Amino acid sequence: MKLNERSLAFYATCDAPVDNAGFLYKKGGRHATYHRRWFVLRGNMLFYFEDPASREPVGVIILEGCTVELVEAAEEFAFAVRFAGARERTYVLAAESQAAMEGWVKALSRASFDYLRLVVRELEQQLAAMRAGGCPPPPRQPHALLPKENGCAVWSTELPATPMVTNAGAQPGPELPPLPPCRRTSTPSGPLDMASFAQLHEWYGQEIRALRGQWLKSRAQP
Amino acid sequence: MRYNEKELQALSRQPAEMAAELGMRGPKKGSVVKRRLVKLVVNFLFYFRTDEAEPIGALLLEHCRVTREEPSGFCISFVDTERKYHFECCSEEQCQEWIEALRRASYEFMRRSLIFYRNEIQKMTGKDPLEQFGISEEARFQLSSLKA
Repeated sequence: MKLNERSLAFYATCDAPVDNAGFLYKKGGRHATYHRRWFVLRGNMLFYFEDPASREPVGVIILEGCTVELVEAAEEFAFAVRFAGARERTYVLAAESQAAMEGWVKALSRASFDYLRLVVRELEQQLAAMRAGGCPPPPRQPHALLPKENGCAVWSTELPATPMVTNAGAQPGPELPPLPPCRRTSTPSGPLDMASFAQLHEWYGQEIRALRGQWLKSRAQP
Repeated sequence: MRYNEKELQALSRQPAEMAAELGMRGPKKGSVVKRRLVKLVVNFLFYFRTDEAEPIGALLLEHCRVTREEPSGFCISFVDTERKYHFECCSEEQCQEWIEALRRASYEFMRRSLIFYRNEIQKMTGKDPLEQFGISEEARFQLSSLKA
């Protein structure tokens, strides 16, 4: 099967924060020897590299439809990523500490797109229910505050024209913070479509504040 | 790059968010339009010859851009390369449906949606809705995890 591997490699190595990363021992297929590799979890993809400085992954394990479990193995802190189906492969991995193992098992068992989609749908419903007229979220939770009428002035229910801010090649100069990414390439649709301008302003503002915080921190380092 | 092809094949057999026969033209210069069965499953777009059960290929839909192409088609292009995949639909409606579905079909889009809803709900109720799932501390759902 053809796969857009270049774009896969880009996803593996692009600048965005990763969901988990660290050294793991991976059991090779037939040979039963463990190889120490640098693993990077991003989204529902578990990439592995020779080492943290490698430009391209050795491989990737696509994590849809897998289960993650502890295993009995000669190696300490071992766990397995298992796929359903009779002749499917099981990946046996080993961490370097108990804490690392637990972290990985947790991260990998919730890494699937399916899982994330479930959570998003649940939140979407909760928010819609709240907006529709103060219905509290699922009964298990303690009584939620009745939502007040949005609280912000509704300027317009339409998306404002997305600002054409681009990460142009020429950097203006070392003292200026990095520009926010070009909005065009990832025009949000769905939840953000229904937000008021003030909400969007606040929403994008938070991202800017976070970025600025990161930039200030990076400047503070020698 | 090694990848678990068997799992990818199994994924291509899962129920799809969208599936249709479309005209498809690959990125190579001089490529022609071919009829393909195109199937969207999670963040992968699989394409099959219309009479075959195994996909010819798959596109991971992260960091891609989906744009309209007249008359009733769309184009998927990837941020890091100049490879463009062109698709032809049979109607405006179908085209619009696919564009919207594809724009939402990335893990990164899901993540941003989650952070957005979490934020909104937290503002309205003062409570973090992720606590019920036990994932409120995960770095990947913090505002600071948004791509710089």
